[in-house]
Amino acid sequence: MKKNNTLLQRLVIAPYSFWALLFIVVPLFFVAYYAFTDSGFHFTTENITRFFTARSSITGDDGTVREVYTYLLIFWRSLKLALISTVICLLLGYPIAYILSRASDRTQKILITLIMIPMWMNFLIRTYAWMTILQDTGILNGLLKSVGLRPLHIIGTETAVVIGMVYDYFPYMILPIYSVMAKMDIKLLEAARDLGCNSFGVLRRVIFPLSLPGVISGITMVLIPSISTFYISQKLGNGKFYLIGDAIEGQYVANNLHFAAAIAFILMIVLLVCMAFMQRYANSKAVA
Amino acid sequence: MRKIIELKNISKAFDGETVLDHISLDIYDNEFITLLGPSGCGKTTTLRIIAGFEQPDEGDVLFLGEDIASLPPHKRNVNTVFQRYALFPHLNVFENIAFPLREKHVPHEEINGKVEEMLKLVALTGFEKRSVTSLSGGQQQRVAIARALVGHPKVLLLDEPLAALDLKLRKDMQQELKGIQKATGITFVFVTHDQEEALSMSDTVVVMSEGKIQQIGTPIDIYNEPQNAFVADFIGESNILNGVMIEDQKVRFSGHVFDCVDGGFGKNEAVDVVVRPEDVDIVPEEKGHLRGVVSSVTFLGVHYEIIVDINNFKWMIQTTDFVDVDEHIGLYIEPDAIHIMKKSKYSGMFGDYSSFSNEFDELSDAEAVEDESL
Repeated sequence: MKKNNTLLQRLVIAPYSFWALLFIVVPLFFVAYYAFTDSGFHFTTENITRFFTARSSITGDDGTVREVYTYLLIFWRSLKLALISTVICLLLGYPIAYILSRASDRTQKILITLIMIPMWMNFLIRTYAWMTILQDTGILNGLLKSVGLRPLHIIGTETAVVIGMVYDYFPYMILPIYSVMAKMDIKLLEAARDLGCNSFGVLRRVIFPLSLPGVISGITMVLIPSISTFYISQKLGNGKFYLIGDAIEGQYVANNLHFAAAIAFILMIVLLVCMAFMQRYANSKAVA
Repeated sequence: MRKIIELKNISKAFDGETVLDHISLDIYDNEFITLLGPSGCGKTTTLRIIAGFEQPDEGDVLFLGEDIASLPPHKRNVNTVFQRYALFPHLNVFENIAFPLREKHVPHEEINGKVEEMLKLVALTGFEKRSVTSLSGGQQQRVAIARALVGHPKVLLLDEPLAALDLKLRKDMQQELKGIQKATGITFVFVTHDQEEALSMSDTVVVMSEGKIQQIGTPIDIYNEPQNAFVADFIGESNILNGVMIEDQKVRFSGHVFDCVDGGFGKNEAVDVVVRPEDVDIVPEEKGHLRGVVSSVTFLGVHYEIIVDINNFKWMIQTTDFVDVDEHIGLYIEPDAIHIMKKSKYSGMFGDYSSFSNEFDELSDAEAVEDESL
């Protein structure tokens, strides 16, 4: 392949370049532009500083009132729930991806389809489905009652929000790990066994290190959407756990476009830094 | 010599298709033994059964007299060099070789010493920190050998280890492997479909076809005294003719009675007669045992390869004398150039060069290599 693009090649990719420019670059530019301007479109850093300095008081369950940094708290909460969801996705998804990659071709196809099917549904509908399952009078508690167990209060807790996130983003963890594992040369696993590894040794010394690129992209694909998610927390958390995505939405709906843009901008910078670190880690592993 | 591995009456089928059909084989300490055969003959499966990657459906595998059929690969004192090396891409040269030692928790200094020793053995000193993916095919091969030898196994299994190398490098590696085997005293079980490789490296050659062992012997035995038409054809070039044993040391083929050195057959027993292309002398027509017309001549550097038509049977003859196409020549065959074999299921399948073509031979060989790598 020649490095210099011919005219034809450029013509062929022109629509995609145009599409990327119009729907990725231009919106990003507007986000940054709004973040650093006030309602009169004069330059200001006030939106950014507001994110770090805005305070409000919250009333705890025991009636005590605390003064907090509003958006830092929201950001921390989003990060915490997103990390928990990502870790759960990884712990559940890794063994499933491994089992999947070792199954027969036919089983693999069927299971992958089963994993994909929920993704065909709108995520609002999936979230509503979880509401009906987790409600105090919902399907889960109905089941528990029918076998004589005590009902659980889940809806409106952080647990409910995490369940929703895990369910929504689970396939994004399995698929990249599975695709790396499925491509892994079976001879490498035989070589490891031949050289003295038992099953656990093969997993620890060969399969895991070789699957790291899949793990990294799985983490990225779950962490990023779950950190910026909204709506799940409103519906499954009964609005008690305001997340950064909800904050952006709230400001936008309230017509505070400039502040909404500032929150989005800060979130974007944080995520970019995280991704850069993970990428560097993955690369260093790949070279070593 | 001590028997190190004994295969007893081993059978194996995949999806109902028999791959190994009751084979028995003894492998001795300190020997270089080669399993030789075309693709699909069961040689790789035999190797995988010894390594522990496959379980035989029937029969026993003994290691120093002990049954190891149920022992998993990591507990067998046997290591494998894989066809495409199977080096760990996430580890450098040093760590690839140190892999089995780390699994056994060998102390650090000892690992350093052993890996250095191995690197020296395969002439890769100074490559410790290199990524295995940056190495050439030959270098990767050496790393794979070092990795398999570092734990001092009793037996090293090599699955077509040279198939992916180019001809020159392959020749060098053949010598080197033989040298390593001598230096370490480890038993090598080598699998190949390349008969030249088998003859030049081995102490013992095991010729296999269709899941059965056709012949076991030294390279010279296998070449000079093939047991059936398959072996005669697979090892080197052979003219294989239908003959009749008139009495001991007298055989008739191509309408002529020849003196030969073999005996012990029944009176007028039908036999297969093998004459190697290099053992036929070209003489003036009137002085030959047989007379024929040259139908093609190919120059191969050291010698010419000519095809001669005698009574509609095409003979291959290798000669340093030049003859021309359509020339009428005589063939003279010494008694000790004639080898007599019992009839077998392979009789009549090989040894006539009517449809012979060098090019075709090589094409089908290349395909066989591709198939096996899948």
